[in-house]
Amino acid sequence: MVLGGAAGVVLLRSMVHSAFLLGLVFIGMAGLYVLLNADFVAAAQVLIYVGAVNVLILFAIMLVNRRLPSGDQKILSPRNTVTGALCAGLFVLLSVSIFNTPWQVQSPVPMNTVIEIGKRFFGEFLLPFEVASILLLISMVGAIILAQREFVPAVTEEGGEPLALPERPRDEEVTTAALPSGKR
Amino acid sequence: MMLNAFLVVAAALFCIGFYGLVTSRNAVRVLMSIELLLNAVNLNLIAFSNFLDPNNIRGQLFAIFVITVAAAEAAVGLAIVLAIYRNRDTIDMENFNLLKW
Repeated sequence: MVLGGAAGVVLLRSMVHSAFLLGLVFIGMAGLYVLLNADFVAAAQVLIYVGAVNVLILFAIMLVNRRLPSGDQKILSPRNTVTGALCAGLFVLLSVSIFNTPWQVQSPVPMNTVIEIGKRFFGEFLLPFEVASILLLISMVGAIILAQREFVPAVTEEGGEPLALPERPRDEEVTTAALPSGKR
Repeated sequence: MMLNAFLVVAAALFCIGFYGLVTSRNAVRVLMSIELLLNAVNLNLIAFSNFLDPNNIRGQLFAIFVITVAAAEAAVGLAIVLAIYRNRDTIDMENFNLLKW
């Protein structure tokens, strides 16, 4: 199910369909984590990937994908076939090395992973934990700076042609129209 | 054996993600393929942590750090895609020749 969903993510034409299939893949991965006794990571996977990253991707698709990109190429173009052959070779190589390696499997011990992860995060992994929080802060600030719009006067002054800024002028009209009605 | 099954699933997911990363021309789809790659790596880490290192679960901790970095990467990447779309009016990867000689 996970693999079919992943293939659909890559191969489907429609971006919205592949985004929803990506959510399905994330939920299936969370199920695999539960099978691997990693319940905290499964919960974090559902919360972060399905709740945040997938919604963010859907937002980006809704914002960006008004016109469908016309330059869709066929599935069997030479670039795709070469890449598919390369990936199939990589997969064969990986599975050969997986099946030829003598793994020293130990039997899983039942433990409370949430308590254990909490102890380790605030014990030996305290510095990476703090660095990860700082990384999240930096990426949040950077994303806001990258995605914010420029000021309207600076943009309209420099160019003769009016740039398409659908929200801001309508907002100003609303405020100027709302002012006299407020006085009345 | 169970470990082999999980590792093969992770390898297949990695290959599918790599195929999508190389072939797709839509920038948002490239970001989705990167998420697939990171998920494959997470599945590997957690499988190793369950089967080879069950007493001290370092793989799960590392998987949590990978999830954190993936979330940050998705936010910044989508912001870059939005900025490029606003300036260049396209999200086709073939047209991003801004930094190419």
